[in-house]
Amino acid sequence: MKFYRSHVLVCVDPECLAKGAHDILDGLQDELVYQGLIDEVQVLETSRIGGCANGPEIVVYPEGVHYVGLSVDQLPFLVEEHFLKGRVVESLLAKEVKRADEELGPPKPKEVRVVLRNCGKIDPENIEDYIAEDGYQALGKVLSEMTPEQVIEEVLASGLRGRGGAGFPTGRKWQFCRSAPGSPKYIICNADEGDPGAFMNRRVLEGDPHSVIEGMIIAAYAIGASRGYIYCRAEYPVAVRTLNIAIKQARNLGLLGDDILGSGFSFDLEVRMGAGAFVCGEETALMASIEGKRGEPRPRPPFPAVKGLWGKPTNINNVETYANVPQIILKGAQWFASMGTEKSKGTKTFAIAGDVNNTGLIEVPLGITLREVIFDIGEGIKGGKKFKAVQTGGPMGGCLPEQYLDMPVDYESLTAAGSIMGSGGMIVMDEDTCMVDIARFFMEFTQDESCGKCTPCRVGTRRILEILERICDGHGKDGDIETLEMLCQQIKATSLCGLGQGAPNPVESTLKHFRHEYEAHIYEKRCPAKVCRGLIHYRISDNVCTGCMVCARNCPVEAISGERRQVHYIDPDICIRCGICQQVCNFNAVEVY
Amino acid sequence: MLKILEKIPDTDPLAAPEQRAIIDDILERNKDVPGATMVVLSELQSRIGHISPAMQAYVAQKLRVPLSEVNGVVSFYSFFTTQPKGRYIFKFCLGTACYVRGTPQLIDKAQQVLGIKLGETTPDGQITLETCRCVGACSQAPVAMVNEDIHGRIRPNKLPQIIRRYQLKQKNGKDEA
Repeated sequence: MKFYRSHVLVCVDPECLAKGAHDILDGLQDELVYQGLIDEVQVLETSRIGGCANGPEIVVYPEGVHYVGLSVDQLPFLVEEHFLKGRVVESLLAKEVKRADEELGPPKPKEVRVVLRNCGKIDPENIEDYIAEDGYQALGKVLSEMTPEQVIEEVLASGLRGRGGAGFPTGRKWQFCRSAPGSPKYIICNADEGDPGAFMNRRVLEGDPHSVIEGMIIAAYAIGASRGYIYCRAEYPVAVRTLNIAIKQARNLGLLGDDILGSGFSFDLEVRMGAGAFVCGEETALMASIEGKRGEPRPRPPFPAVKGLWGKPTNINNVETYANVPQIILKGAQWFASMGTEKSKGTKTFAIAGDVNNTGLIEVPLGITLREVIFDIGEGIKGGKKFKAVQTGGPMGGCLPEQYLDMPVDYESLTAAGSIMGSGGMIVMDEDTCMVDIARFFMEFTQDESCGKCTPCRVGTRRILEILERICDGHGKDGDIETLEMLCQQIKATSLCGLGQGAPNPVESTLKHFRHEYEAHIYEKRCPAKVCRGLIHYRISDNVCTGCMVCARNCPVEAISGERRQVHYIDPDICIRCGICQQVCNFNAVEVY
Repeated sequence: MLKILEKIPDTDPLAAPEQRAIIDDILERNKDVPGATMVVLSELQSRIGHISPAMQAYVAQKLRVPLSEVNGVVSFYSFFTTQPKGRYIFKFCLGTACYVRGTPQLIDKAQQVLGIKLGETTPDGQITLETCRCVGACSQAPVAMVNEDIHGRIRPNKLPQIIRRYQLKQKNGKDEA
């Protein structure tokens, strides 16, 4: 075995990759070769180190020095100073001394971490780290002291509800599956987190995979299942890799496989990958996909608890639901039920994205208000702009305007307001967002992802999309709003699965709360937020333009004319209103009207 | 014997001994896995790069499932493709955050620079343009994935440089693929 005096861990979390972690990785290797240190220093990939907000970042062991915000041209200096001369480069150090639990940043005020408690604190690829944090203790307790009925009783008493979005009581689901006749029984973990802007499950899978695995083993024991699957989307290769490592380690320690911990109970797990179909997040479609078929949903009942995977009783829960289970067993149902509201217990993770100052992942007790989430934790709207709407629950959710800001976030309140909890995506929009355009965007998504099995969803979403596209292009006509309302109602009432039933939500909610924007588009041929291409024009302001030619060079259709140092002109007949000129102009000379 | 398998085109991966060995290996390892179709096709897609009609027929024959079922699965999931793609696949993220922060402009620019449309491959077989679903790097919006690399906060005027980098990478032979 080769001996290295130093190890460099490079974070390859998607956020750091986006900031060029791959270049850092290659650059480090090259530089170490160049400076003749490659036999002494080993470069390794790791899944995440710090908050990733200042990526790309690396940690050098054995010293534990944490560098952030690296760029490729700093590497020669860094390698020379740190590895050759042995001096720490102060200017690149992470601002604070890194505390282990700072992966998501220190817990923000009002945050309570249950599911995310270990993320960043432990090495996800090392089972010992998890065990050191009381990991697999709950499993030990369950197998040695509790009957399956007692486990279900405890989960039921905790009030835990499905974190995938629908909010069905988890304990009740387990009860159904336990009492259903047939064997073998299966356990499935739904890790097909497809909502755009949501990455809570990814973080848990990549940061604390064992908590999900432990939760699944406990569920399997409670239900009497012998085999489990984790269905993970193909867009998450790192999560799949981490899970496979975790499963192997658990197997080696006898926590998976035959006769777990000498209790006589046997259970094993494997990871199955999706292949880029959003509808596979729906439980019956997901099971079809595991069976190797097209991921199309089927009518329920029979529910999966009775007739699921390969026709056998199957329990299917979300990543976050399973991750909660070991804590409930260890700390008791009372402790869990003390958080949250009367009907919605515990905590929930949310991914806040969009136009807030502080985007990212949070975990808060249910019942917190939207205002607290957006203004206290999210630190308000970017650039001092005005809040316009928040969209919860992914593409099947609704857009909620200002008057809902003081509403508590729980399953019932969100549904009553015309949105859903969903898996926990939260996209905040400022005053520059056009709500008709947003509705069109979500409709494009659902229409594209509709599996095509049932007519209301296949044809209905297409019809809605066509109308919305027409309105955005400036060809909206009288009666469009009424047609949209009718279509929404019918699709909701008659679609086969959650995708179709939820698809009209963005349109319905924006029609309800931002009807005036639809009316401005249709009757006044005007886009109030100045977004819809068919209804806006670009022009160059005479007294601001310096004639630098940047806009003309970047115009994809050569609509901009003008000599150097002279005011440029945009030909409205050629212009496709892509807005690139406005983005590249350094003097804010391009205006929209 | 399925008719397609009697006349395998010379360009098909099945006609190349090396790739055929990979295909056989994947089938052999997974033939007894419950729900093998998806597992096999996923692995074929990632190792061969696409799943040609002849390959579909071959999979159907080996796994003893109807060709219609294999083709149904291939055509259902967006990760499976029936034609080879470029060496570098540019995938523009269409997650909400990226969309709001300017993915459409990036796509316009890329189409203009490369002279191809979304879903097409450049004539030299180097670059394919695609869109994809949220890659979970929303704070970096707008994001594009090039094979396994993720590029974030791309401005339209910087995009040509990124594209150029990959074109040069290819020329300099620095590519490990």
